[in-house]
Amino acid sequence: MQSVLVLAPALVLLTLLYLLPLAQMLLRSILDPEFTLEHYQHFFTEAVYLRVLGVTFRMALAVTVLTLLLGFPVAYVLSTARPRWRNIMLLAVILPFWISILVRTYAWMVLLGRSGVVNETLLRLGLVTEPIKVINTQAGVLIGMTHILLPYMILPLYSVMRGIDPRLMQAASSLGAGTWSALRHVYLPLAMPGIVAGSILVFIISLGFYITPALLGGPRDQMVAMVIAGQVQTLLNWGFAAAISAVLLGTTLVLFAVCNRLVGLDQMFGGISR
Amino acid sequence: MLFFLVAPISIIVPVSFSSSQFLQFPPPGFSLQWYREIFTGPNWTDSIITSVQVGVLTSLLATTLGVLASFGIVRGDFRGKQALYTFLLSPMIVPTIILAISIYFLYARMRLVGSLLGLTLAHTVLALPLVVVIVSAALRGFDVTLERAARSLGANEWTTFFHVTFPLLRPAIVSAAFFAFLTSFDELIIALFISGTSAVTLPKRMWDGIRLEISPAISAVSVLLIAIAVVAFVAIGILQRKGAGGSDD
Repeated sequence: MQSVLVLAPALVLLTLLYLLPLAQMLLRSILDPEFTLEHYQHFFTEAVYLRVLGVTFRMALAVTVLTLLLGFPVAYVLSTARPRWRNIMLLAVILPFWISILVRTYAWMVLLGRSGVVNETLLRLGLVTEPIKVINTQAGVLIGMTHILLPYMILPLYSVMRGIDPRLMQAASSLGAGTWSALRHVYLPLAMPGIVAGSILVFIISLGFYITPALLGGPRDQMVAMVIAGQVQTLLNWGFAAAISAVLLGTTLVLFAVCNRLVGLDQMFGGISR
Repeated sequence: MLFFLVAPISIIVPVSFSSSQFLQFPPPGFSLQWYREIFTGPNWTDSIITSVQVGVLTSLLATTLGVLASFGIVRGDFRGKQALYTFLLSPMIVPTIILAISIYFLYARMRLVGSLLGLTLAHTVLALPLVVVIVSAALRGFDVTLERAARSLGANEWTTFFHVTFPLLRPAIVSAAFFAFLTSFDELIIALFISGTSAVTLPKRMWDGIRLEISPAISAVSVLLIAIAVVAFVAIGILQRKGAGGSDD
């Protein structure tokens, strides 16, 4: 009885400001102005929006692959380092996490802009004759998002790798396995829960990313979240925005359910909440 | 690789002390003009005040509700507990843009756009799951025999709570409160939709600034946001070291 009482305030708040508004938004996607599936049809048939879907999925996939390639070695080194070094390295992974995404994106604008740090340096060194255009391209978005999402990959990987007994690799090599084969047949299967958790997490977050693509991407690199915002803020087309949101939400929830089946959500957030 | 994580962010620091009128690297000279602007210019100071107010209120509200809910989740014994826990954490999973527009649709009808109350309530939805994760983890690792000992020595329920349970959980609760503050203080996407013109938070003002021109004032704001994040980070690090058991590894 008491546990119901202490849970009540939080549940009331979440119901009124999260569950009901979300449900209402979903209803709006089929009831604006009256029952219709037009918004969904519109989204899945117009070339403009198919392109947006394509850009979004490709970008999410590219960011996932890049963060995995970059994050795997880092997580491995972290899991095998001496405690002293490990703490310093963990600091470098976790600290950026705490810094606003807006600030981190802005930092890339300062670095990569037309008269940014990178271009100025390259020009001064005579390596290029005119500034390279990175901002307002997909490359800019890819760099920014990879940088921002890297910790989300490293932490689940690290939390799994920490539990892998290093003697297993030694055993494999003493039984004649080469480094590659030991890595492939022993280490990778053991690290797989971390790889799956990190990849799905990064992929899901990428799908709904807004700030970084909006600031670093060009008008042709619109991702789903930007279209939703645009439909609400400038076009006032709420029903359509709701339909796109429903698709994004559905995709996100399905992926989470898959991940929960495969590795458990604890594994996914295990590394991050600390 | 670790350099790649930290270096890009640190580039903002020298730019914020630039004496130039626009973004220039390396800065031609040292000046505090941009800090003077954000701490004395009317727009920036309004936003700093708004963000601090919303951050503190969110932190208080989310921590209170989250601590209570954590007790219910960890100590309670009822059916559907796991489902309820998942529900409490689920706002972390939903893309923020979706939370933002669904809250915006609601607020537009209730005339809560542009109000401190509206911002606080919306930010609490985001901060609550974090508080629950942190506090319920601490509560799970809590040694219940300490409470039993207090009770057997004659302390009633309230005395036990205030003299035994609460002091032991305090590091986790204070960490959660810092986390909640920072979540609100850094939040942009929801603020973009519900700040209106009367409650413009610092990230929202920064966003508007970036879209107009990349003035070094934005760098000064960024350094301010970084500094606050680092302070919270260090504070929580110290708290966790002090916290139960003293080992976070």
